[in-house]
Amino acid sequence: MSRPRRIAAVLLAVAVCSAFGFAPAQAEKLIVSISNHRVTVTSSYSGEELVLFGSVERDASTPTRHGGYDMVVTVSGPRTDMVTRRKERKFGIWVNADSRQFLNVPAYLAVSSNRPIDAIAPADVRRRQQLGIDNVLLTQRVGTDYADVVASDPFRRAFVRLRSEHGLYRESPSGVTFLTPTLFRAGIALPAEVPTGTYDVNIKLFADGAMVGDTQTAFEIVKVGFEQFIATAAHQHGLAYGLATALMALMTGWVASIVFRRD
Amino acid sequence: MQLYLPIADLPINVFLILAMGAAVGFVSGMFGIGGGFLLTPLLIFIGIAPAVAVASVSTHIAASSLSGALSYWRKRSIDPALALVLLGGSVVGTVLGVWLFTLLRAHGQLDLVIALSYVVLLTGVGSAMCYEGLRAIRRARRGGNATLRRPGAHTWIHGLPLKMRFKRSKIYLSVIPVNLIGLLIGFLGAIMGVGGSFILIPILIYVLRIPTSTVIGTSMALTLVTMVIATILHAVTNHQVDAVLALILMIGGVTGAQFGAQAGHRIRSEHLRLLLGLLILAVGVRFAVELGIKPDEIYTIRASGGGA
Repeated sequence: MSRPRRIAAVLLAVAVCSAFGFAPAQAEKLIVSISNHRVTVTSSYSGEELVLFGSVERDASTPTRHGGYDMVVTVSGPRTDMVTRRKERKFGIWVNADSRQFLNVPAYLAVSSNRPIDAIAPADVRRRQQLGIDNVLLTQRVGTDYADVVASDPFRRAFVRLRSEHGLYRESPSGVTFLTPTLFRAGIALPAEVPTGTYDVNIKLFADGAMVGDTQTAFEIVKVGFEQFIATAAHQHGLAYGLATALMALMTGWVASIVFRRD
Repeated sequence: MQLYLPIADLPINVFLILAMGAAVGFVSGMFGIGGGFLLTPLLIFIGIAPAVAVASVSTHIAASSLSGALSYWRKRSIDPALALVLLGGSVVGTVLGVWLFTLLRAHGQLDLVIALSYVVLLTGVGSAMCYEGLRAIRRARRGGNATLRRPGAHTWIHGLPLKMRFKRSKIYLSVIPVNLIGLLIGFLGAIMGVGGSFILIPILIYVLRIPTSTVIGTSMALTLVTMVIATILHAVTNHQVDAVLALILMIGGVTGAQFGAQAGHRIRSEHLRLLLGLLILAVGVRFAVELGIKPDEIYTIRASGGGA
């Protein structure tokens, strides 16, 4: 390749890149807000639905996006270690045999987008940006190694499937709605069994298969009042809690024997 | 009416739990047992973690056995000396049981051990009770007298040293087997979330030959103390006692127990024993079947602590 032709090729590449949104980086700004930043778990709590609102802010230098915008919203709950165990038949009965420990994985994970993620970005972008449950990093401890495995790993698949059955891992390819080309809304469904803690919300904006903007926000789920009192007491003052519970049992038994006394 | 359980971390229907407590209370009042072996599996079935179920049922049994024990105490059918000696072993057994419970929970084999203990104990005790109940019924049909206690019939157990006089039971017996039985009951109770009366009562009657008049009351007194200890130990070590769940259970339980006790008086005792035997056997067989057939879901997830 001669020198002028090489220069021409580089120029062409730059032009292509700018047209498809690689540069200038972060041309679009995202402004978002969640309907509730503090979800309280009370005695009547049985799940909740949050709404994320936002708009894509453009300025004069922002290139036109002919294909329109795509969005992926990833909500990840408090991180914790979990064990997935597999039962096997041994001596005629089914017992837990093999197990994998998942380290520091989100207890809740919801991925919403305005259309199927496969259609939004190519495979390498999906993997790099951890788009979709299959691409989110779920670190396993295998022996002494720490690694994420392929999405088809049986333990990983079982883990995701079981979490999904409880509504704790969910993927919604129509969870994000563009009300206007730049105004969007996303629903965040929290099931009743949702764990308490801080939830990170990652919003990523795509145009023509490339990421053009992102922002983060968060909300927290907390137990309040009586529920919080019980949970804290049980975990931090085990002995006092145990004594109080035992006393409560004795009182109930005693009261019952008086109420129902027949002799 | 949905209510969120603070320790089990899930919402439950209050009326469902009340009804379950009342149903099990009815059965326990009828047969004079704690009913933990029915309640714990029921709670696990509706989605409560086994550890929470076992720990909270201990609390529930403490309440129901106190109301039972008080009424037996008024009828002077508790042998305090016998209860104390049983208790000596039972406290040690409970501590050992809670320790093993914690260890197994960490190794992921708790569910298996709970299930296996249910299978072995329930099918064993259930079959024995059915057999004995059927024999008693046949004997009654023939017009013979059912003699539970043959005063002269001593076994090697009655030849052991360290003998002690249990006045109210009118029996002179070594403390060694009594202590060991207490240990076994305390141990099983802590692991399985059962009071253990359904094992203790047959052992006291058939092995130690203690008169039936003091057996049920004494067993309730023992259950009361072991379950109070188990509640406190579970709260300290595993933090899995759900006070809200336990309270709903015990309200249902103590109410159901009253009606159960009334119903129990109308049924003849050998029929009662056969019924109880069948019930225990059925629960045991259910657990056996579950272990034997391929489960729908061979994977399970449990939190293993840690994390941020």
